[in-house]
Amino acid sequence: MKKTGAQILWECIAREGVDTIFGIIGGSTLPIYDAMEAFPIHHVMVRHEQGAAHMADGYARATGKVGVAMATSGPGATNLVTGIATAFMDSSPIVCITGQVPSWFIGYDAFQETDVTGITLPITKHNYLISNVEEINKTVRDAFYVARSARPGPVLIDITKDAQTEEIEWEYDETPIQMPGYRPDYSPVEGDLKQAAKMIAQAERPLILAGAGVLHSEAMQEMIAFAEKTQTPIAATLLGLGSVPASHPLYLGMMGMHGESWVNQAIQEADLLLAMGMRFDDRVTGNMATYAPNARKIHFDIDPSEINKNVKVNLALIADLKITLSQLLPHLSPTDHSPWLETINGKCEESAQRDILNWPDTGKLHAAHVIHDIWKYTEGKALLVTDVGQHQMWAAQYYKHEKPNTLITSGGLGTMGFALPAALGAKQGCPDAEVWVIAGDGGFQMTQAELSTAAQEGLKVNVAIINNGYLGMVRQWQDLFYEKRYTATPMVSPDFVKIAEAHGLTGIRVTRRSEIEDAIHKTQECPGTVVIDFRVEKEDNVYPMVSAGADLHEMIRRPHPEQS
Amino acid sequence: MQHTLVTLVEDRPGVLNRVASLFRRRGFNIESLTVGHSEIPGVSRMTMVIDSTPQNIERLIQYLYKLVNVIKVDDLTHETTMMRNLAMIKVSANEKRRMEIMQLVEIFRARIVDVANDSLIIEITGAEDKIESFVDVLRPFGIIEMVRTGVIAMARGSSAAMSMVNQEASLAA
Ligand SMILES: Cc1ncc(C[n+]2csc(CCOP(=O)(O)OP(=O)(O)O)c2C)c(N)n1
Ligand SMILES: [Mg+2]
Repeated sequence: MKKTGAQILWECIAREGVDTIFGIIGGSTLPIYDAMEAFPIHHVMVRHEQGAAHMADGYARATGKVGVAMATSGPGATNLVTGIATAFMDSSPIVCITGQVPSWFIGYDAFQETDVTGITLPITKHNYLISNVEEINKTVRDAFYVARSARPGPVLIDITKDAQTEEIEWEYDETPIQMPGYRPDYSPVEGDLKQAAKMIAQAERPLILAGAGVLHSEAMQEMIAFAEKTQTPIAATLLGLGSVPASHPLYLGMMGMHGESWVNQAIQEADLLLAMGMRFDDRVTGNMATYAPNARKIHFDIDPSEINKNVKVNLALIADLKITLSQLLPHLSPTDHSPWLETINGKCEESAQRDILNWPDTGKLHAAHVIHDIWKYTEGKALLVTDVGQHQMWAAQYYKHEKPNTLITSGGLGTMGFALPAALGAKQGCPDAEVWVIAGDGGFQMTQAELSTAAQEGLKVNVAIINNGYLGMVRQWQDLFYEKRYTATPMVSPDFVKIAEAHGLTGIRVTRRSEIEDAIHKTQECPGTVVIDFRVEKEDNVYPMVSAGADLHEMIRRPHPEQS
Repeated sequence: MQHTLVTLVEDRPGVLNRVASLFRRRGFNIESLTVGHSEIPGVSRMTMVIDSTPQNIERLIQYLYKLVNVIKVDDLTHETTMMRNLAMIKVSANEKRRMEIMQLVEIFRARIVDVANDSLIIEITGAEDKIESFVDVLRPFGIIEMVRTGVIAMARGSSAAMSMVNQEASLAA
């Protein structure tokens, strides 16, 4: 049948299982949009293309499917960049489709021409420029395959306007994908499994470090089975939270810069680290030279380039984690590590005294109270989407995730403005989920225009703004390392209740601890999106904290209440 | 130390840019890079010489493999390898000194490819050090212009860099 490039594009996208895309139309995507109506795909119109990329990302992280964003050439495409880089750092599978000027204009600085494949080259897993209608079918299939397979990541397709309008005789081509330079290998090497089993059997103080790879590979059950059989405790990275239920007896908590002190101490004392789908980011290792000095290390990762990159390891199993663990399990014998587990438990008690939640009630509204109560009244079952800053770390510390894929946060890039659009994408993908946004007053304003998208689409998300009147995380660094010189961090914000109302949504203000519960219930009952402006303590700090580059066990602790 | 990598890539627009961009992004310095066709249609062969530590070269190889268009990377540093460089040197040569130069050309097994009134173009292929010493002996005569290709390399023996991937690659080509 005769088809235009635009029709071919939609049909190929639909055949990848896509039912929703996020985007903004423009001159270079007009033919694509003009052909959209005939296909069973819902288009969510965003207010800024950064939002489209974050929505696609949030959608992908919530559903495990590929998220799709679309933008026009030039400024539309460049607006995607922050969202693509965010997805890249956190290995999130998205496909971005950008219109490009007609092929005969490329290289002549035509109106709204930018070198989009050039700009996005270092922040995509791969990208393509299609300037011929004949290439669309194969390119779209390859692009989705690359995005979702092995270590997932963003892929961009730039497609010229003439390739969209040209008509050809066309039938969908489903010949098996053949990419000579991309042939992921998912199976571990048998000899490595034996070697790993031996190291595990010899360990007295083993520790699992669970990262996002556990979730990507859907290896949660296998990891827990491993932990239970060998009585190995599990620590999680920020992006690994939820890979094991927080209530599991072998779960320790989050590691790293704002990880729990007992977790970081356990890492430093362990004699075997089992790194599963995590990449030893500098935010989790602290000073690399003194990191886990007593431990042999086994690295389980699908990406060979992560091996020995940040931390030198003794053994690497480069394969899919789920397959690896299920093959490794029979090699392991049940072990008892109770002395090690008791040592770690002993360290927890001391920390509990420092916890804000255990302080006498002074009537002050701390962010910790807010997050704790959201956790409590959502029964730990919400899909939490955070922005970047102090509130993000409090969310990680105080919201205890029982289920996988219930925390969506920008880890690797730390992108302020991520939360609201990512949450809308997640809600679009999981309409039955109770989605909560935890955002700072600063980051929320970076993408708050997407409240319009929520209103137009009728998407209900629950937005908790942890409003401390500062770019709080940076203020904390100024407090600790720049003698409290609060330069460029105090912030005057609009009235967030009125902002919500201006969008036809509901706004609630909370200034006292006693009002939290009511506000949460009201929000849950309201059919539309609600914004809660939590006016929290302004100069609260996130503890514990490992200063950048410090030894992991050298933590700045929260002062005891009587000292502060 | 210097490492010689042979990289087979899909012959497509932009692939050289991807490889070069990787070097820049990851902070590697290229001593020399040559690109040309290989024995397989649709597959280009790059020879790269990089000065770095063995650990960093290991990283670099993995990064190269991450590029979707890279098919194979071989580190030839520790293999017995034929390494060749080609140079063309334009040297001033008046009547009086021409014979002298021609003798040197003979000794180095170079070739004279162009003769003008007061200059010669000499072509020489060989390993880096041979070319270096040839350039050194020519210098006193006055080198007017010089161009060098950078290293190309091939492992000795009957195996091919491509042998493992031959089939699939030609399919895609
Ligand atoms: C786009 C972007 N710009 C700047 C930063 C640097 N930064 C990191 S945290 C932070 C403060 C965030 O303030 P807010 O959103 O109010 O959250 P809080 O830390 O107060 O909870 C800033 C400016 C960033 N991460 N992202
Ligand atoms: Mg703030």
